[in-house]
Amino acid sequence: MSDWVEACAAGDIDEEDVMRFDHGGRTFAIYRSPDDEYFATDGLCSHEKVHLAEGLVMDDIIECPKHNGRFNYKTGDARGAPVCVNLKTYPVKVDAGKVLIQVG
Amino acid sequence: MAAITSPAAAGRDYSLTGRDAKLAVENGLAAAEWYHTEIPRKQMKELMQRSDQPAIRDTIIWLGALILSGAGGAWFWGTWWCVPFFFVYGTLYGSSTDSRWHECGHGTAFRTQWMNDAVYQIACFMIMRNPVTWRWSHTRHHTDTIIVGRDPEIAVMRPPDLLRVVLNFFGIPDVWHATTDMVRNAAGVVSAAEKTFIPEQEQPKAIRVARIWLAIYIATMALALYMHSWLPLMLVGLPRLYGAWHHVMTGLLQHGGLADNVIDHRLNSRTVLMNPVSRFIYWNMNYHVEHHMFPMVPYHALPKLHELIKHDLPAPTPSILAGYREMIPAFLRQLRNEDYFLKRELPPTAKPYREELHNHNPMAAAAE
Repeated sequence: MSDWVEACAAGDIDEEDVMRFDHGGRTFAIYRSPDDEYFATDGLCSHEKVHLAEGLVMDDIIECPKHNGRFNYKTGDARGAPVCVNLKTYPVKVDAGKVLIQVG
Repeated sequence: MAAITSPAAAGRDYSLTGRDAKLAVENGLAAAEWYHTEIPRKQMKELMQRSDQPAIRDTIIWLGALILSGAGGAWFWGTWWCVPFFFVYGTLYGSSTDSRWHECGHGTAFRTQWMNDAVYQIACFMIMRNPVTWRWSHTRHHTDTIIVGRDPEIAVMRPPDLLRVVLNFFGIPDVWHATTDMVRNAAGVVSAAEKTFIPEQEQPKAIRVARIWLAIYIATMALALYMHSWLPLMLVGLPRLYGAWHHVMTGLLQHGGLADNVIDHRLNSRTVLMNPVSRFIYWNMNYHVEHHMFPMVPYHALPKLHELIKHDLPAPTPSILAGYREMIPAFLRQLRNEDYFLKRELPPTAKPYREELHNHNPMAAAAE
């Protein structure tokens, strides 16, 4: 269960932004909140499998770039049409300036 | 991806449950990966930024003009002086709601979501588009833009039904279909086509809205009968007919006469330069290639987006008139040859079309 993998340097992501991270044939989205906290979710929108890392982060919301579906990236909750299925979230920690994600 | 094959041999089947719907899936045209111009993330983030201010300003102007023109029409009712007031009122009611519905449905007009939702509901009522059904149909339109059998929002099918096109300037076919859909939904019936794009859990919402709207229209008609006057219907309902002209005029230009069954918005969408009044009514949707390529960019940022990526797009059509000068002859040629379409020329600075995705399509031979 302790599959912590290094995703990026903490400074690689701007505040209130998102970055794509691919690992083990899977894709993730790593977020840096306006409060300088880090979060991670599945990288693809649960609606039509579009990369969320190309979307817009607003407060605690990630908006899909294709159909503007919105999720709370802290909880993974889908916030209404056209997204109906929640995103899976993953534990994240910052260690020695590196962002680590538990992908297990 | 598989080669794109043309459905044209036996004529196009626009049914969402028909032959071409299956073909589109088999050919990899459904939910395909579309071309988009590369934009650095920093610039894209700036373009995507949301703001309440432009849409609040525009909504105050829009609702203020709607109330004033409606009041003027009612005040002068029974005289010819009511005509210019109802012309303005009808255009704001029956046309500008097309873009308000659209932008607020995308959730990009305002930063604050309840504002998007409020204007969305009002505009949907006026334009007579069920807010649940059309949210999902428009989602499909963006996934499968002008893909035959997949896109439920193809305004002009091939061969073009020109009588229908002309009648739609007066809202007649649209209102007929909207009314029958509303009555059907109010009776609790969701059609097979609607079921292809509205998730099951959303369908009761579409039915609930249809029932509320039907009650409003019945109440308006009852008031008109009680008053022995058309005036209530001139204010609610009929503007969708007498004010539809502008949204049809601009809407036809979005994709009319261009390619179908391609996965590059530069081939199937048209950007048209327009006067400021039309751009206000249309909320900048004249930048239609840009909108389809990057639907998360708010309407107020589309001119900036256009400047940023125009090197990679066909030259914009210089005016509404110029758009009709190329589109109407294309419609007429499609009456004889439904495979004919206008192929947009790219500037030398643009990345070429991915011909490997399109050159197996016999329709390409029909392009001009």
